[in-house]
Amino acid sequence: MRVFEKNPLEKGLAERLREHGVSRRGFLKFCAATASMMALPPAMIPAIAAALERARRPSVIWLSFQECTGCTESLTRSHAPTVEDLILDLISLDYHHTLQAAAGEAAEAAREQAMRDNHGQYLLIVDGSLPGPDANPGYSTIAGVSNYSMLMEAVEGAAAVIAVGTCAAFGGLPAAAPNPTGAVSVMDLVKDKPVVNVSGCPPVPMVITGVLAHFLTFGRLPELDEYHRPLAFFGQSIHDRCYRRPFYDKGLFAETFDDAGARAGWCLYRLGCKGPSTYNACATMRWNAGTSWPIEAGHPCLGCAEPRFWDAGGFYVPLSVPTGPASDYLLAAGAVGAVAGAVVATKARGRAKEEAAVRQPVTVEELEQKL
Amino acid sequence: MSERIVVDPITRIEGHLRIEAQMDGVNIAQAWSSGTMVRGIETILQGRDPRDAWAFAQRICGVCTLVHGLAAVRSVEDALAIELPTNAQLIRNLMIGAQYVHDHVMHFYHLHALDWVDVVSALSADPKATSTLAQSISGWSKSSPGYFSDTQKRLKGFIESGQLGIFANGYWGHPAYKLPPEANLMAFAHYLEALAWQRDAARLQAIFGGKNPHPNFVVGGVACPIDLNSDSAINAKKLAEVQSVIASMRQFVDQVYVPDTLAIAGFYPDWFQRGEGLGNFMCYGDLPATGSADPATFLFPRGVILNRDLTTIHEVDLHDDTQIQEFVSHAWYDYKGGKDTGLHPYQGETRLDYDGRGGVKPPYQQLDVTDGYTWLKAPRWKGHAVEVGPLARVLMLYAQGHAQTKELVDMTLTTLKLEQRALFSTLGRTAARTLESKIVVDAMQGWYDALVANIKAGDGRTFNETLWDPATWPREARGAGFMEAPRGALGHWIVIKDGRIDNYQAVVPSTWNAGPRDPSNQPGAYEAALADNHQLADVKQPLEILRTIHSFDPCIACAVHLVDPVTGERIEVKVV
Repeated sequence: MRVFEKNPLEKGLAERLREHGVSRRGFLKFCAATASMMALPPAMIPAIAAALERARRPSVIWLSFQECTGCTESLTRSHAPTVEDLILDLISLDYHHTLQAAAGEAAEAAREQAMRDNHGQYLLIVDGSLPGPDANPGYSTIAGVSNYSMLMEAVEGAAAVIAVGTCAAFGGLPAAAPNPTGAVSVMDLVKDKPVVNVSGCPPVPMVITGVLAHFLTFGRLPELDEYHRPLAFFGQSIHDRCYRRPFYDKGLFAETFDDAGARAGWCLYRLGCKGPSTYNACATMRWNAGTSWPIEAGHPCLGCAEPRFWDAGGFYVPLSVPTGPASDYLLAAGAVGAVAGAVVATKARGRAKEEAAVRQPVTVEELEQKL
Repeated sequence: MSERIVVDPITRIEGHLRIEAQMDGVNIAQAWSSGTMVRGIETILQGRDPRDAWAFAQRICGVCTLVHGLAAVRSVEDALAIELPTNAQLIRNLMIGAQYVHDHVMHFYHLHALDWVDVVSALSADPKATSTLAQSISGWSKSSPGYFSDTQKRLKGFIESGQLGIFANGYWGHPAYKLPPEANLMAFAHYLEALAWQRDAARLQAIFGGKNPHPNFVVGGVACPIDLNSDSAINAKKLAEVQSVIASMRQFVDQVYVPDTLAIAGFYPDWFQRGEGLGNFMCYGDLPATGSADPATFLFPRGVILNRDLTTIHEVDLHDDTQIQEFVSHAWYDYKGGKDTGLHPYQGETRLDYDGRGGVKPPYQQLDVTDGYTWLKAPRWKGHAVEVGPLARVLMLYAQGHAQTKELVDMTLTTLKLEQRALFSTLGRTAARTLESKIVVDAMQGWYDALVANIKAGDGRTFNETLWDPATWPREARGAGFMEAPRGALGHWIVIKDGRIDNYQAVVPSTWNAGPRDPSNQPGAYEAALADNHQLADVKQPLEILRTIHSFDPCIACAVHLVDPVTGERIEVKVV
């Protein structure tokens, strides 16, 4: 390793970017992209630039437990910032199984070194659920160590924890009934550090990097909803932002795949769309550099950013709405679309857990009959 | 003096893999492959709606993100004898093709390259000489001295920052690295380019499946309708985007991936002499030319090669319960009929039994390899351990006289001055992956043209609705959904009763390749490959182990799955 003429820790981001061949213009373009991604006015761009110029590349330790690597794959699909800009210029990704060069003891040594050097300051990212403290620790190990031990050891010196993907955020697929391995979420275990949940199966690429950009730019975590998800990306339902919403309001639905309604882009509610009860950024940010998103490609939303979505009924079963005291209000509220949409949205918001037990299917036909 | 080398975690793979190797001097005498994470997805599938199975199964793996979803959909279609519209088959082929090329390129540059490319050495390259080298092997436009100088500057700045991130603690300077600095710099530039390229390549699955990773599927066809007069269906604009992605994929394979593979392999001729241990290969076949699933129309043929004998292709039957069987004698599972029995996936059962089957209490230093030592089962074909994946497919195509394959293989062997037997090796496997990418990406253009021709002829159908409603299904049905995934032969077996999943078993490529020993102590493909002529220059830096293991492109979350109906007990899932 070289001897440094100047302590690299004192160099700002912009200075480092220039040294790495990134122009001032390129840097400002990144700042502008960050601002627009977070819906900030252009006047904020200089402030973002100034903040980034002061920033040291923060150490990030990424732990992968009971996961499928879909979340890492999604990270690599982000187009602003890109994964190469992220790992070379913006963060120091000191441990990441899928990408790091080192293996075995050398990999574990890199993790331990980063934890020592950045104690109290590193960002811990987790993908995948993990067998809880009461489960058999042999269900998931790395370097002979249980996931539970590794997480708790790494959390101790972390500034904050970001749970990427629905498995890390809410238990996800491993925790789906009957949860054969006693899988739990990060939030179930980490009580003394801030936890941000970036849910989705996987999360939208730009949402993963957007949360990191927020942290890098403002030095703190974004505002969260009751499930610890950043409001900037999980504040609105798919349904409220869906370009097919006008057809829902008019009562125009695809009845099956490839019928005239499906071809015309009508609402997928009757095919089981979970858009009304799902809070995520797919409808606004779309996927793969804005190429498309599930509903645009003709498939109903699976609801993958929501807790327990695997056990919330069939993917092709029209969404249930809660019954009970709210029903009278629901049925008196007016037009079919507004009723189901508004009530499902209100109810789903933060109360899915309590409501899940009393749901029953309510189809548009049933609603129409009762109205 | 014998020593046990442990590499855990094996990084730059999908999932959680541990390798233990018993040394005999500098040689690896024996190796054991262990998958160290389990989720129990097959248990979770019990009792669910078979039409939902694809979404669960797809989450087996997010790297080969399409394959388990598609195998699940095909298992239901096989069970119910659902025929596909031609357009749906062609769209699926295009999505599979995109998966291959995307996966293989990312594997080569982001998972495998650092086994051969010394990033730190790139700092001492001469950008002008790098440019000359690049231009001598390819017409790829990003090849000027200025381009390589900028790339080198970026790398230098990164390394001088003192925060090495993902490159920290690599085995830089290891004597087994043989590339000159200029080749290292060129490869590093392409490492970064491939990261950018793959974002574009992933768009094809988003157009047809809504997103990538984890695009959407539907039993009976595809979810995206075709309508040239709609702004919300596959129309001329979307088709033009697909064509543009295919063109970009072909260009990258032709001008970057193929020339880089040949250039890098040329510096490592000794890696064509080790690393293929079993000599047995299997393919299920895939990529039908029409709507029917007739293996005669497949681009990739079906069959088994034994003992490296390319003159005899043995037939494979996925439904014959004496052919494909899984064993748990060295896995952390129990069978009702005893740990030494083999079960066909239709009868597949699995009970997690870490403590009872030899699992060592964490934290542990060493596995107990005399008993269970992995969450992977050991699948066998008629009792044979077989390798699956790119090498198996290229050998099968070569054996059957596929013209393009013959041409590509012969060109490779001639360029590298190698004999045919060099294919049976670590780099033979890596080269096969590159060559089949070329075959697939060329075929994609053909499927695209066929899709456009079909639409032009007036056929816009993408979905067969006749058996969508479970009320139309027989009370009991069972089926096998298979495909050639990028990593090899993949099968999902489903048993449906009363419209619900009664049993579900997946036997996946990395289970075939990374699985453990069987009751007669035959090793799996990784284990046999590592025992084939491997010397470690430095046991503290087992780079050689990484080379051979990475040549298989491990996907371990895929390989570990399971569980079953055990006592006929069904998990009741409340469906609202």
